[in-house]
Amino acid sequence: MNYPVVVDVTLRPGIADPEGATIERALPALGFAGVRHVRAGKTFRLEVEADDETGALAVARSLAERLLSNPVIEDAAVRVESR
Amino acid sequence: MTRVGVVVFPGSNCEYDAQAALSELGAHVDLVWHTATDLSAYDHLVLPGGFAHGDYLRPGAIARFSPVMAAIADFAAGGGPVLGICNGFQVLTEAGLLPGALQKNRGLTFISEPTTLVVASTRSVLTRRARVGQELVVPINHFSGAYTCDDDTLQRLLEGDQVVLRYRENPNGSRDDIAGVSNEAGNVVGLMPHPERAMSTLVGSADGRVLLEGFLGLELSAARG
Repeated sequence: MNYPVVVDVTLRPGIADPEGATIERALPALGFAGVRHVRAGKTFRLEVEADDETGALAVARSLAERLLSNPVIEDAAVRVESR
Repeated sequence: MTRVGVVVFPGSNCEYDAQAALSELGAHVDLVWHTATDLSAYDHLVLPGGFAHGDYLRPGAIARFSPVMAAIADFAAGGGPVLGICNGFQVLTEAGLLPGALQKNRGLTFISEPTTLVVASTRSVLTRRARVGQELVVPINHFSGAYTCDDDTLQRLLEGDQVVLRYRENPNGSRDDIAGVSNEAGNVVGLMPHPERAMSTLVGSADGRVLLEGFLGLELSAARG
């Protein structure tokens, strides 16, 4: 069976995020007040063939840790997307 | 004659500069395609600058899985001198052959300009002919050059004398002004600046020579295991 899996890659806490900081600085000029702590990240959508949800997540987690994220600076979270 | 392999990934673009610079210093330099698995013909390896595999995902993230990487890891483990310049440095960190990571520059700008480097350690194959505190003018040319690591790693780097080069004025937000680091043994070195583009005062600086001469000089000390 194919499971739709979402992988969210975000910078680890404490790692500088120049992209998020630049977005945050632009917000007041656009009229958004009171928005803080912007962190930029990446989302990947995959379809994983597996026997069950647990198996699909295990594959996605391994892939996320080995390729989609750099564990030195990033965290990866995996979840099966609800249909 | 010293034989150098310059590893070329799809998207590398500084391989000819590296070849020209090292040839000028008397080495025989071959360009080695990233599918190579036998590097036994070489005394030294260089991973040049560029955009390996388009820098998709993260710089170096996909290059790390190129077939040649296992042979580079074996070569490094045997004590062979390995130099990663710019994108090559990013590849070596992604492959775990050097600690830390390179992140987007502070301010999100691509920076291409001469920088002044300060030699921080002469333990490495790259800086063994330089002296601590020596200032070298070498150009940088990158978007993701901000060196990053966690506190424990930085502590280990400092204690192990693995910070090789620092920027005199930090151009990109690198942690602790770090421009280049080595592995524990000192035979694997990565740096964001381009010593191969600082080979002649005609193009602004010849300060890259002391670095590349040091790199090629390693065979004199028989450090290759």
